[in-house]
Amino acid sequence: MIRGLLEGVPRRGLAMLAALLALLLAFPFFASGYLLAVGFLILYFAYVGQAWNIMMGFAGQLSLGHSLYVGLGAYAAAALYVHFGVSPWVGLGASIAVCAAAGAVIGFLAFRFGVGGVYFAILTIAFAEFARIGFDHFTWVRGSSGLFLPVANYTENDLWNLRGSPRMFYYLMLGLTAGAFVLCHALLRSRMGYYWLAIRESPEAAQALGVNLFRYKMVAVVVSAAMTSLAGVVFAFYYNNLFPEQIFHISRSIELILGPIIGGIGTLVGPLVGALLLTGLAEGMGELMLALGVDIPGVKQVFYGICLLLVVMFLPDGVWPPLARALRLDRKGKD
Amino acid sequence: MVLLEVESLSKSFRGLRAVQNVSFEVPAGEIVGLIGPNGAGKTTIFNLIAGVYAPDSGSVLFQKRPIHALRPDQICAAGIGRTFQNVKPFAGLSVLDNVLVGAFLREKAPSAARALSLQILEKLGLGTKRDQLASSLTLPDRKRLEVARALATRPKLLLLDEVMAGLRPTECDQIVAVFRELNRAEGLTIVLIEHVMRAVMALAGRIVVLHHGEVIARGTPEEVVRDKAVLECYLGEETEV
Repeated sequence: MIRGLLEGVPRRGLAMLAALLALLLAFPFFASGYLLAVGFLILYFAYVGQAWNIMMGFAGQLSLGHSLYVGLGAYAAAALYVHFGVSPWVGLGASIAVCAAAGAVIGFLAFRFGVGGVYFAILTIAFAEFARIGFDHFTWVRGSSGLFLPVANYTENDLWNLRGSPRMFYYLMLGLTAGAFVLCHALLRSRMGYYWLAIRESPEAAQALGVNLFRYKMVAVVVSAAMTSLAGVVFAFYYNNLFPEQIFHISRSIELILGPIIGGIGTLVGPLVGALLLTGLAEGMGELMLALGVDIPGVKQVFYGICLLLVVMFLPDGVWPPLARALRLDRKGKD
Repeated sequence: MVLLEVESLSKSFRGLRAVQNVSFEVPAGEIVGLIGPNGAGKTTIFNLIAGVYAPDSGSVLFQKRPIHALRPDQICAAGIGRTFQNVKPFAGLSVLDNVLVGAFLREKAPSAARALSLQILEKLGLGTKRDQLASSLTLPDRKRLEVARALATRPKLLLLDEVMAGLRPTECDQIVAVFRELNRAEGLTIVLIEHVMRAVMALAGRIVVLHHGEVIARGTPEEVVRDKAVLECYLGEETEV
């Protein structure tokens, strides 16, 4: 199976991936607390971007409501932990189930009744907004006053209960990101992956070649939702507080799709590159402003805007495809 | 044995009768041509057979089984492959990947699907272009790609919608030879919509002529080109074949 995964991957690509992984593994040993937090954020966005990319980049279904799955995943595991002391490793089962079910409901409504394109995107926003407003009044998880996880000074990492140092969370997120990368790589080479790409490129032609559109679009939504829920679980235990107004907010949905858009929609490496560029540069920008003694509110947002503008204008396929050509890692690099 | 039976098929679009009471049969192993002027309802009939539209009335039987209530993917799975007149390549995928999508219908394992796809690409003369993006192909090559994808689903019946249009005569002869070979060696049954009479005459054993959504003539190519009604409405007096 491993041989199948490696087949056809350029050697240079593998070497670079290995180097990147080594760098990421070593990073906490020379990074400050602040840099480690930035590293965590980059991995977090790389992971959720990868999950979102399955729906949009592979199957061509635009979701603008992925904060729904982050939020539901976070709340499910956190509530079970706060109320019943259930370990997040058990709770994530509930998170996955809840998010997969939510994705299935949205997918069913949309694909059964032929809701596509921007209307599908609006439907995903609507569900995230339902959740935001609904959770404000959901007293079992403390409604709008927020759900807090007990915090104490831990001398040791408690991986079972996800209580511990930022370093532990960094490695956890790294594991998830690496896992998502390998999973997406495998999916893209499978029959399902080809069917998703076919649906993205031309649903009519795909259907004429025997592809059951409803089934494969449903699978894309459910897989993407389930993957996103894991990010929610880590998010909850990393930040220790959850507010419906924040976690389900549409700005969160937008934030998590910018990485793959900037990096390259539908590519495997795009979400990683995009997350690194956006989060890294935005934080760097903040630091730079701080060092220069300039305090302008909203600099990060303006920076996002400028980045998006530049990429849309000059790199319509994202940063990764031209970068891959430059590094000779694309398909033609073999010839 | 009759492979496909179209019985009293009718379809209207907002009052426009695109297809009216059309019936014809396609015996297994034969090549049937569907000809007629633009707007005669040829492509609509294909879309009715392939499940894109549901007929207002009438039925379509494939291997004695009614298929007119099935979805396009179910009809493809039943054994009917089709090409689109307005080609619909998966533009962002390579030529090989385009064909792989079709091959995955019967070959679940990627290696087997790949082998089948490569074989079909060779047959259609696209072997050297397999790594190109489909969007970079010329129109004749895109038409060939349509055929390759449909063939990769291993159909029993192939519906070809104007795949020769825009081809040079030598290219046209090449692809005619491919279809004749598929028909002869593998017993593939073909229904083709075509304006290029050279190709129709070379391939079809029977021809059905449509005009204003109705069948106005049917028979062997020789009978059809001598038919008065056909000459008037479609071929014209000076047609050379």
